[in-house]
Amino acid sequence: MRFMLFMHPNTDVIGEDWEGPSADDVAEMGKFNEELTQAGVLLAVDGLHPPTEGARVRRTDGKVAVTDGPFAEAKEVVGGYWTIDVKSKEDAVEWASRCPLSEGDMIEVRRVYEMSDFPEDVQAAAELSQEPPEQTAAR
Amino acid sequence: MARADAHRAIDAIWRIESARLIAGLARMVRDVGLAEDLAQDALVRALETWPESGVPDNPGAWLMATAKHRAVDRLRRNVNLERKQEQLGRDVGAQLALSAAELAIAREEDLGDDLLPLMFTCCHPVLSTKARIALTLRLLGGLTTEEIARAVLVSGPTAAQRIVRAKKTLAQARVPFEVPGREELGDRLASVLEVLYLVFNEGYSATAGDDWMRPALSREALRLGRVLAALMPGEPEVHGLVGLMEIQASRIGARTSPAGEPVLLLEQDRARWDPLLVRRGLAALAQAEALGGTLRPYALQAAIAACHARARTPEATDWTRIATLYGALSQLSPSPVVELNRAVAVGMALGPAAGLELVDALADEPSLQGYHLLPSVRGDLLAKLGRISEARREFERAAALTENARERRLLSERAVACTD
Repeated sequence: MRFMLFMHPNTDVIGEDWEGPSADDVAEMGKFNEELTQAGVLLAVDGLHPPTEGARVRRTDGKVAVTDGPFAEAKEVVGGYWTIDVKSKEDAVEWASRCPLSEGDMIEVRRVYEMSDFPEDVQAAAELSQEPPEQTAAR
Repeated sequence: MARADAHRAIDAIWRIESARLIAGLARMVRDVGLAEDLAQDALVRALETWPESGVPDNPGAWLMATAKHRAVDRLRRNVNLERKQEQLGRDVGAQLALSAAELAIAREEDLGDDLLPLMFTCCHPVLSTKARIALTLRLLGGLTTEEIARAVLVSGPTAAQRIVRAKKTLAQARVPFEVPGREELGDRLASVLEVLYLVFNEGYSATAGDDWMRPALSREALRLGRVLAALMPGEPEVHGLVGLMEIQASRIGARTSPAGEPVLLLEQDRARWDPLLVRRGLAALAQAEALGGTLRPYALQAAIAACHARARTPEATDWTRIATLYGALSQLSPSPVVELNRAVAVGMALGPAAGLELVDALADEPSLQGYHLLPSVRGDLLAKLGRISEARREFERAAALTENARERRLLSERAVACTD
């Protein structure tokens, strides 16, 4: 099963004047990523720039509105994510528990949908919405 | 925590820790069978105590310490037994032997490095291929005997016996727990890679209605391949195999229709190929190439798979490059099936006449008699050349040979279409 671990750093600590992670923090996190790699479960890992540099695109009353950061109501902020492939939710939770979190940091563990998770009629609908399969050159 | 929840959490920890635990213990006691028994003892201890006490902060270290205590207990028991049997009062000698063993066991060492010798031991040539697969799944994959039985389609007792025998064989042959030296390394690594790829293909060949443990084998082989690549980053063929498996795994969602029927590569909906795995596969192949030297068979197959992965449509496929790669593969590990694949690629790259020439050279190949793809490929090339009635005979022959219902229907349709 594929899971995404979303890192929500403690926003009390990471405020406007925050200057990014220390060398020690980075080294600690590097060790954790190395563990995931050595275990063969890590598919992807990315850290995100702060939301102040981001934007939000929202649809309201049929219109698309774009807001640039910083966002007033940002209580929880995704700081980065891991994509891992493990055998169960418990495995994903166990890996998340091993992450070197600072006080107040939180990781949200979410399972990634895979085609086989859908009932057959949904799979068939996905199939129909695609182009008809290409035929071999001779046909 | 409810007991069932606690057990599931412990199972998860076990899946993460068991291989390293067994590997670390095997280095100390020099016997993978004994190492696994000790690790299992520690697991039993954890299942007894953790639901009450909670999971310790460092469960891996807890399991290792517990297993070491068990090891010392066992040694002590053995020494006592010997003493009674021989009725000798050689306390000093026995105590010296014991404390030396305890010392060796108590030594704190890094565990990560022990996984590599464990892989080589599980895939040792003294074992049969089936035994290597079973032992690898058991000790490195952490699968239960029952899971292994379901995965490789044998009965529980057969799987259990296979594992017990394998451990015994290793002990009797006194196979050292180590990474083989330079002169042996090539062959021994080839054996490890072969086992991983066999496990991968065992899962890849699973069909709808099969036990879910079978497709799970592909993921497990891929995971172990990634582990091996992390442990041996300087070996191009390891990256080659990982790249091949990543790219093949990227197609798992596209290679069967919703009704569970197989879909051939060129007919697959490429939007369903898993882009993350494709990217990982291409990266692994790039690593193999960056390490230099001529590409070995797995890296070559990865490079061929990569040609398909890079093509946005079947028409965009770089058949010239694929034909060249099959040529290289055919020189390194010649086989009629590789040659047939080369003929298809050459037919696409240089035209059907060139492909047909290669296929016709395979006509008398004994191992291809009864292989439906030979007449199927030949029929396709003949049809492109306008030799319609010959093509029809080939498609009819191919349809009669295949065991796959969907393929048979497709081939029959092509035979019927061959009328002027």
